[in-house]
Amino acid sequence: MATGALQIAGARRPGWRKALDSVPLHVFFIVAGVLWALPAIGLLLTSLRPVDLFTVSGWWTALSHPGQLSIDNYRHLFDSSLIASSFVNSILIAVPATVIPVLCATLAAYAFTWLRFPGRTALLLVLIALMVVPLQMALIPVAGIYGLVSPPGIVRVFLFHAAFALPYATFLFRNFFIGIPHELLESARMDGANDARIFRRIILPLAYPAIASFAVFQFLWVWNDLLVGLVFAGGTPPVTVAILQQMRNFGSSVDVISAASFLSLIPPLILFFAFQRYFVQGLLAGSVKG
Amino acid sequence: MSTIVPAVAPPVVEEERPILKGRAPAPRWNRVAIGFLAPAAIFVGIFIVYPVIATIIRSFFNRTGETFVGVDNYFKVFTDSRTLHAIQNNIIWLLVFPVAVTGFGVMFAVLLERVPYRLVVRTILFTPMAVSLLASGVIWRIMYQQSPETGAMNAVIASVANAITHPGHYQGARPSQPDLMQPAGDGYQMSQTVAPGDVVHMGFIGFPVSEIPANAQDAKDPSSQSGRIVGVVWRDFIPGGGGQVGQVEPGKKGLPDMTVQLVDSKGSVAAQTQSDTAGDFSFASTSTGPYHVVLPAQNFHPPFGGVQWLGSSLVTPAIILAAIWVWVGFATVTIGAGLATISRDLLEAARVDGATELQVFRRVTVPLLSPLLIVVFITLVINVLKIFDLVYTIAPGSVIPDANVIALQLYLVAFTGLGDFGIGSAIAVFLFLLVIPVMAANIRRFQGEG
Repeated sequence: MATGALQIAGARRPGWRKALDSVPLHVFFIVAGVLWALPAIGLLLTSLRPVDLFTVSGWWTALSHPGQLSIDNYRHLFDSSLIASSFVNSILIAVPATVIPVLCATLAAYAFTWLRFPGRTALLLVLIALMVVPLQMALIPVAGIYGLVSPPGIVRVFLFHAAFALPYATFLFRNFFIGIPHELLESARMDGANDARIFRRIILPLAYPAIASFAVFQFLWVWNDLLVGLVFAGGTPPVTVAILQQMRNFGSSVDVISAASFLSLIPPLILFFAFQRYFVQGLLAGSVKG
Repeated sequence: MSTIVPAVAPPVVEEERPILKGRAPAPRWNRVAIGFLAPAAIFVGIFIVYPVIATIIRSFFNRTGETFVGVDNYFKVFTDSRTLHAIQNNIIWLLVFPVAVTGFGVMFAVLLERVPYRLVVRTILFTPMAVSLLASGVIWRIMYQQSPETGAMNAVIASVANAITHPGHYQGARPSQPDLMQPAGDGYQMSQTVAPGDVVHMGFIGFPVSEIPANAQDAKDPSSQSGRIVGVVWRDFIPGGGGQVGQVEPGKKGLPDMTVQLVDSKGSVAAQTQSDTAGDFSFASTSTGPYHVVLPAQNFHPPFGGVQWLGSSLVTPAIILAAIWVWVGFATVTIGAGLATISRDLLEAARVDGATELQVFRRVTVPLLSPLLIVVFITLVINVLKIFDLVYTIAPGSVIPDANVIALQLYLVAFTGLGDFGIGSAIAVFLFLLVIPVMAANIRRFQGEG
């Protein structure tokens, strides 16, 4: 399958001059592009307008009356301590939820690739099977475990995310490792390195592309998650959950909701534009993920 | 005779070194393997393996987990109207969503092949995939506001609807002199007939001044013209009081844009006109009459009130529409990638052989694309089965039962209200059974592709 990329290299493309022949097509795409971007623009403009205007006029009136616009909502966002801290919570959740699986999965993938142990093939198949378990299957029993141990909400969330990322991450890294030539390890072994050293000094640096690809996708998945945060975060919710809590009073809280929502878009958008290449791959694979 | 002596002694390590090539000893568990596998194994064991088993077992116990109830929970799940409604909604999603998104994806991908700004459009389409479904939910909740004043969707529909039906301004207006005008349907009709040379006076009260268009002027009492029927429609009320009922006086505004009809004795509309900014109108009648003067119902009908997107009947289609907006980019980009792998020469050859674009598309492109289309389709199906965030965000609390889906029902049953983990587990198992075959098929295809 072609490396999922928004930019596809390969076959000849029509040049600009020839393309100008098909004006209706261009009109179509201008309309389509505007239509697709419009809802998000609506969010942005809503977040830049005072809340009492929301029930009176539409956000599009701001286009002809730019005087409505102000960044007050964003300023007040950080007065409300719950929303401000929810951004911190999201980071505190997303970072460990990305780092932990990277560590555990690279180690396990190393074992699956180069270490021999009984039942290696069988365990690999189990791993592939585990990739399809929906996270709904784990919510209730894990809630029970957490009830006994009582870790803080943030820990509950990121441990869950880390665990569910593991089957797919291990599979991904193993596939990558298989491509690394044996000779590298052989010569390192001959130089006296044990597995731990080979892992740290040789494999991890080589695995950077796979790790980056996974990390971007995992960070995004966790940052954007709602359900796991809703179930486990308790009093320290991530941004998604904090916004959802405001939705009860949608009309009167739309200033907070829209501003917070727009801010919550920024990290994913930055990651998206920086790492476009990995996205489609990740998504097709993400359909496999719980 | 040669012996192979390693140049360097094998490194001394605590356990056996596994040999990667050649004759190898039977694999044994050693500390290295255990060390490398343990972290992942512990996590997966605690968080995935144990819970799967535990959930299945838990589904056979009651709410508190103390009493074994057999398949009672499953029975409850499939007879509970809320859950059944949720399943029904998932079915609606399944019928509409994957087909729609794949269809749009193919259409966009194919058309985009012909323009050089492909990347820009793809990026715009794809961006909703990068952000949280909660944010997308908020975006669409804003779009779906009912009032055409505030909700973008309804604003567009309103401008179309109002352009077609020309709604009136004067909702709630009633005659200031009821004996002169009778209700006729939702409109009004003068009790007395008129003939050319007559002047018609129609005064109205009972509606807010905000309904009068800004260009309205003080009403002018027209003078009779022979051969024409003239008249005035005005607001028979002076703000602050004063004046006489039925008189056209300064301070009383004329009512513009009122549709006035002349109806002949057979009941058909002989002529129709609109009042001007002073409320005046005139007809050049073609015959001597007599006519009834009628103000049709549309003058008093309110303008388009807005589709209730977030009401019980439309909320599921509304959420599906939002979901299509989110996922079309995924389909477009993925299928676009697939299209790029189709050899241009193949398409050229077909065109040279005389195939039309449509035939090229149907006979060459689609068959070559079909494995990818299936993967995309299955991915969408999986997402439908687990759909949660969008529904919970877009549907206001009162409409949740109408918009409900399986994953949401599970959350509501298990984690809100009293919290029934028994039934919740049963729903989870049900979801698991639905999702597994689909995901397994996807993985198999995925691995086949490579």
